[in-house]
This record gives sequence, C-alpha cells and structure tokens, in this order.
Amino acid sequence: MDFNTLEMLKKEALDTRIKTIECISSFGSGHIGGAMSIVELITYLYYKEMKVDPANPSWPDRDRLVLSKGHSGPSLYAMLAKKGFFPLSWLETLNKGGTNLPSHVDMTKTPGIDFTAGSLGQGISAALGIALALRIEKKSSYVYAIVGDGESQEGEVWEAAELAGAQKIDNLIAFTDLNGQQLDGYTEDIIPMHHLKERYETFGWDSYEINGHSFEEIEEAITKAKGVKGKPHMIIMHTNKSQGYIPGEGVKSNHSMSVSPETAKEAIDALRKREEV
Amino acid sequence: MSKARDFKNYREVVVGAVSDLAREHEDIVFLDSDLSSCITSTSFASEFPERFINCGIAEANMAAVAAGMSATGLTPFIHSFGCFASRRMYDQVFLSIGYAKRCVHIIGSDPGITAQYNGGTHMPFEDIALYRQIPDFIVIEPSDGESLYALTRQVYFSKKNSYIRTPRKGVAFRYDEGMKFEIGKGIELKDGADVAIIATGAVMVDNAMEAYEILRKDGINATVIDLHTIKPLDTDLILKAAKRTGHVVVCENGRYAGGVGEAIAAFLARNYPVKMDFMCVGERFGEVGNLSYLKEAFGFTGSHLASMCKELIR
Repeated sequence: MDFNTLEMLKKEALDTRIKTIECISSFGSGHIGGAMSIVELITYLYYKEMKVDPANPSWPDRDRLVLSKGHSGPSLYAMLAKKGFFPLSWLETLNKGGTNLPSHVDMTKTPGIDFTAGSLGQGISAALGIALALRIEKKSSYVYAIVGDGESQEGEVWEAAELAGAQKIDNLIAFTDLNGQQLDGYTEDIIPMHHLKERYETFGWDSYEINGHSFEEIEEAITKAKGVKGKPHMIIMHTNKSQGYIPGEGVKSNHSMSVSPETAKEAIDALRKREEV
Repeated sequence: MSKARDFKNYREVVVGAVSDLAREHEDIVFLDSDLSSCITSTSFASEFPERFINCGIAEANMAAVAAGMSATGLTPFIHSFGCFASRRMYDQVFLSIGYAKRCVHIIGSDPGITAQYNGGTHMPFEDIALYRQIPDFIVIEPSDGESLYALTRQVYFSKKNSYIRTPRKGVAFRYDEGMKFEIGKGIELKDGADVAIIATGAVMVDNAMEAYEILRKDGINATVIDLHTIKPLDTDLILKAAKRTGHVVVCENGRYAGGVGEAIAAFLARNYPVKMDFMCVGERFGEVGNLSYLKEAFGFTGSHLASMCKELIR
C-alpha cells in the first residue's frame, strides 16, 4: 500500500469515527463499542475494495456487505453517508421515531444496507445465501460479511460455516471482529472464542488472522483470499472494542454507552489530538 | 405442465407444482434440509441441479440462507417437516424473511396428526399460530391435490411470503380438474342453514363431509366450507355462513391457541357474534400412532364433529 493511499484511508477512518460519535451522541446513547472496532475494515472496503454505486444502491452487479453484528450500524451509517448513499443530515436522526437509521441495520429502510440484521447469527447465513444466489446467477460480485466474536457463540454461525464449506463458496469473504468483549463483559469470562482460525479451517474455510486496525494487513488478507479458489474466506481481525472512542477504550461495559454531546465533543477533541490532526 | 392427478401423493403434487413453475421461471430455487427424499424434492434436484441446495440438518440456517438468496431476486421454496419449518426456524423466518420483507415459500410437511409414526416430537399443532403472527405471510392448507397444486402456483405469483401446510403421503381429489382456486377465498361445499362447519386441511374437510352426511340423515342441514387459506381469512364467506346459520364449528388439525378457530372467533366477535365450537387440540402434545388411532385419540372424527354440531344447535 503506497503512502498516499494509507494517509487517505487513515483520514477517512478518523472522519468516520468522528461522525459515528456524533451520530450516537445525537441520540444520547448507542452501541458505540462494536461500531468503532470495525472502522478500519469498512473504510478499506468502501474506499478501496468494494464495487458499489451510491447513486444506484440496488445495482445488481455490486459487491454486498452484510453487517451480521447488526447493532454496529452507526459506523456503517456514517460510512454510507460519507459515500453519498444518503445525506449526512440523516446521521442526526439515529433511532428517533420515523428514522431511516434504526439501531440495528434494516435493508428496507436504509440505502446501501444489503441485508437486515439484529438477531445475531442470521446475517452470516443471509450473506451465504446471497453468495450462493450470485453463483447461480453467474455474477462475479463478492459478498463481504462482518460477524462479531460474541455473535459467534450463536449456533447458527456454525451452521452457516459448515454449509459454506460444503458448498465451496469462494465469493464470500467474512470477517470476525475479535474484540474480546460482549454485552456482559469479556468473552474470556463468558465463552472464550479461542482458535477461531483453526475452527474455520476445519470447516473447510480459507482463514487468516490479522490486526483489524491495520489497513496493510486488511488489504493483504483480502488480496490473498481472492486468490484462493473453492473455499469461503474468513479473516479473523484482532481489534479493540470502542477503538477511537477514548472514554470507552479498555472499559468492560462499552457495548452500549451513554454519549452526551459534551462527552462527544471532548472525546472527538481527544481523538484528534491523539491522531495529531 | 403437469396435472395434479398425475401424482400419487401430496408430496409429489407440491414438488411437481414447484418444478412446473421452475421450468417457466428461472428465479425459482429449492432448498431442503436433509428431507429431500421425504418430500421428493430429489426430482427437482435431478432436473435443476444448479438450483437445488441441500442445506443439511440445519433448518434455521436454511431459512436465513433462503432470505439472502431472495435478496438478489431469486425465489426460494424451502422444505422441512412442519415442526422444524415452524418452531426450529421461527426467528429466522420472522426476522430475516418476514421483517426483512423477502419472498420465500416455506413448505411444512406432515401437519398435526398426519405426522403419524414420527410421533409427538414431529407433530406440529402450533405452526398455524406461529405463522399467523408474522405480518403479510400467506398461510395455506389445501385439502386435496387439485387445490394444493393450484395454490402452490399462486403463492409464487403473489410475490408474498408463504407457509404451505401439507401432508406428504396419499392424496385425495375432491375437486374437478381445472377448477379455479383463489388465495383467501374459501370454498363452500354445502350451503345448509342449520350449522356452519368451517374446516381447514384434508383431515378436517373429510370430517366435515362425513359429519354433513350424518347430520343430513337426522334432518340437520349444514354449511361446509373448505377454508384452504388460513391467512388472509375469507371474512366475507365466514360472515355469510354465520349469518345464514347462527352456529359455527371450526375444525383444524392444530392447537386452539392462536389457531384458525381463534382467528374466526375474533372476527365474528367484532362483526356478528354467534354460538361457536372448535374441533382442535387443547393442552396436549402429539403422540405416535397411525392416522385412524390418532383421529380417535384427538377426537378428530366425523361422528364426533356431528355430535358437536348437534350439541351446539340444541
């Protein structure tokens, strides 16, 4: 990855984080932890990788993204607004009555959302369904899916994993956001999510383990994955929950947090300072 | 196109109807959950190998996979036994198919006592209530081969989600070839003035016709309605029958809570209250046995229905 691309991605990721914090603070609270941990990934996907057309969100030949951990909507909303799928002003309507941006992603309401999610485990199955359909329709598009590590405690994730492996579906590139935390605390204390890379490999997947906050590692893994045929791909991303929302970093209960406008402003100033912008 | 009467079992009728549709419409795909030989979707798989996926014994995943497939414009028909096609995959059907406004058709086979030798673990009485809860779902339970074939085609053209409740084995033909059926429009088989029997599905429509004959011999004239569509409810026909007879007995091979009887009772309570009774399963699980044993065990017989009617109008 060249210097200019990396700088561009870092700038857009910072802007996405700021808009995510502002979006959540406009409502006063939200699932900020998991929204912040996937920012590098969605920035890379929308600025570098995915074939999409904001003017035509249902373009049949587009790549798809299914946010299976559907509660992380706010950062994806910030990204879609930045890319022009809908006006930036929508971000201030998060979770308010009549909004097009509900807490959990909804394909019937939000341009650019490729599948509805919220009941954990279902999005990865739907992403597999989309990938199978695209193969039947002989389309070359990719389906990207983001699964939570806590979400991976759902049995359905593994039902999807076994069918994807059996079907040798190589247009599905999934990511696990391994941030080590879930609503009630640390996965280590509830159900440890060890050996995910090996687990997926035994299910017939092509699997990688990377730092999910490194654009270079995200790019390298996706590039390698696209070169492997006949297997679905899983990229396990080590991340920090609430990365970039400093009041939530390292906090046990950062799954959903209150974020007042004042807290948001201080957090954004602190983030800018840390990123030396 | 096939004729419904070409087939010897309900399972071949329903899969035959889907295969006929698939020959005309490339968007149709079939997903099964390791029960393809039970419903004969093996024939679909042989004819359309690229449009058939055996999802294995993982029904919840199958439902959400189908939801994803429909997001690109494909139209999945998916199958499992009714118990798994309702309870086992309910959250996936409710959210990824219903709430997400997809278009998937779910075949739930062997409803109620038609599960017979698979017994109580496989005997869904509650699938009617569960599917009635999901907004904009069509729920059908045709009572013969002709109506099953015709209505399976119609749910495809409706472009709405649907649940098709059908036995697998054996087939009856009570309707003439070429008869017109319409989703949401029940069929008035008899139009007597003393009591109305509203029945859903093959077992109960058979009972209704048997009860009609018993009652007729005693000078009681019954209306008999084949309510092949559970949702949307044919309120015009139900109201007409209630006004004509003043007495309504609803028969379903399902559980009372949330069932067809409750749906009709709620409608009539608001619009034209009449005396009612219900042939259905109460606070009870299923059990193993052949159909004639189970009909007796659950009171699902024509003679019992005739007695219920007589008691109601007495």
